Amino acid sequence: MAGAAADPREAAFQASIDAERSVEPRDWMPERYRATLIRQIAQHAHSEIIGMQPEGNWITRAPSLRRKAILLAKVQDEAGHGLYLYSAAETLGVSRSELVEMLQTGRQKYSSIFNYPTLTWADVGTIGWLVDGAAITNQLALTKTSYGPYARAMVRICREESFHQRQGFELLAQLSRGTPAQRAMAQDAVDRWWWPSLMMFGPPDGSSPNSAQSMKWKIKRVSNDELRQRFVDMTVPQAQALGLTLPDPELNWNESSGHYDFGPIDWDEFAKVLNGDGPCNAERIRVRREADSGGAWVREAARAWAAKHSHPAAGDAA
Amino acid sequence: MSTDVVAASDLQVYALYLGDDCLILSHRLAELAAHAPEFEEDVALSNLALDLLGQARALLTYAGVVEAAGRDEDALAYGRDDREFHNLLLVEQPNFDFAHTIVRQLFFASYQLALYRRLEHSQDLTLAAVAAKGAKEASYHRDHARLWTVRLGDGTKESHSRMEAAVGFLWPFTGELFQPDPITQRLVAAGIAADPAALEPVWRAQIDQTFAEAGLGHPVELGIRQGGRSGLHSEHLGHLLSEMQHLHRSHPNASW
Repeated sequence: MAGAAADPREAAFQASIDAERSVEPRDWMPERYRATLIRQIAQHAHSEIIGMQPEGNWITRAPSLRRKAILLAKVQDEAGHGLYLYSAAETLGVSRSELVEMLQTGRQKYSSIFNYPTLTWADVGTIGWLVDGAAITNQLALTKTSYGPYARAMVRICREESFHQRQGFELLAQLSRGTPAQRAMAQDAVDRWWWPSLMMFGPPDGSSPNSAQSMKWKIKRVSNDELRQRFVDMTVPQAQALGLTLPDPELNWNESSGHYDFGPIDWDEFAKVLNGDGPCNAERIRVRREADSGGAWVREAARAWAAKHSHPAAGDAA
Repeated sequence: MSTDVVAASDLQVYALYLGDDCLILSHRLAELAAHAPEFEEDVALSNLALDLLGQARALLTYAGVVEAAGRDEDALAYGRDDREFHNLLLVEQPNFDFAHTIVRQLFFASYQLALYRRLEHSQDLTLAAVAAKGAKEASYHRDHARLWTVRLGDGTKESHSRMEAAVGFLWPFTGELFQPDPITQRLVAAGIAADPAALEPVWRAQIDQTFAEAGLGHPVELGIRQGGRSGLHSEHLGHLLSEMQHLHRSHPNASW
């Protein structure tokens, strides 16, 4: 690529990025910048939409009305985040329906974490604590990403996510102070979600294919490994406060680095789940397609009604 | 205060009538999270479910206070068997498709709005407060259902026939909304409850107007299926409760 005839606008674009000016929808941008952002924002939106499923799985079984209200509101927030992010992606010249179609046909991905099942009520708290905790770590870095609409979406989403994370922590705190069965439920959930949460930051820096260019464009501000380390450093004391054990015998405070050391991540498992062989990949897409096709007649009716009742003379304001 | 002139047991059961309607319908709507026909509806339906859940919690808590036997909202929601639930049969009917969800919403929200507008003036200050807040929510719920009813009724051939089927299935449950019972009547006399029969004309006017706009029809006579208020439910409630109550009941004495 380096030898290809460079568009002169590209140098100006890079200079603007280097000067920390945000890129706005009407600005000229390299096609690869645009494509990278579409892929990333769409993947983020899809993750919100698919993420509704594992947590929604427990709404009807929530063990208290207070918890039910909290969980319902959280799943509702996720739908809202999805809509918000699809709108951000649409500023780059794609439509939401195209993106959803790509999700449903497997051409675009969503966060691999949602391909794990939620087997007990404690999973709801653990997702809030660990998965939302990891997401916030990622997203805080993205509040300074170079594309304006995405950065602004992140500011708002981070606020709600940190609320979710505290609620998840509080749910687990309640379980870990509870009966022996509740404690065991909490520990079991943490055992299952810890490693997949670490994988959420993506492959190690040495083998992350898109990272270098994304860093140069300031789409990405902090590397995968650095974000992962931040998350571990933040989470270990929280686990201690909960009285729960993180399932990694190599997890130790390292005096000289000022960080926690942790054991090797099973990247084969990550690749397997990413490529479709996780416990719930097929199920998540099946449910999404079913909601989509099951609702087709509703959307069609709404379009038909709007067409019948449109008043072309009344104005084009809408 | 009102308990001086009416039996506390009457007031407790009446609070359960209203609270169980909200609790069960909220549960039905919550079942649809992540399954709605479009993402905007995922947001809207969860919103309806949350409003109703908030009302249910206030009403069940109040029923527990009036009963004065130490039962809180969770004891009442998770600890009772189906025969002890007082909700209308209408609200426990399943989400067979979006048309059923919407028709059920239209019937119930129109009823609840008329009910709350009267209950705002109840002599019972707690019920009046719940109703005052709930009326604003019910008005939005009614509008949501009305807009969809019109779009689906007057949308495509398929949406029209699905709406007709939903009306056909749900109409038999409409009579129960306005059926007087001795407990409610005693509370009506004390200025506490709203007279169900008095709500019918308001409800009919709303339904007729919406159906006219949607190109839908319904039988003249209200449906006659009933039993919910006295604890005789359809088969559907048992399944709903077994799902809702399973975890809570599996861990007696646990806090969540």
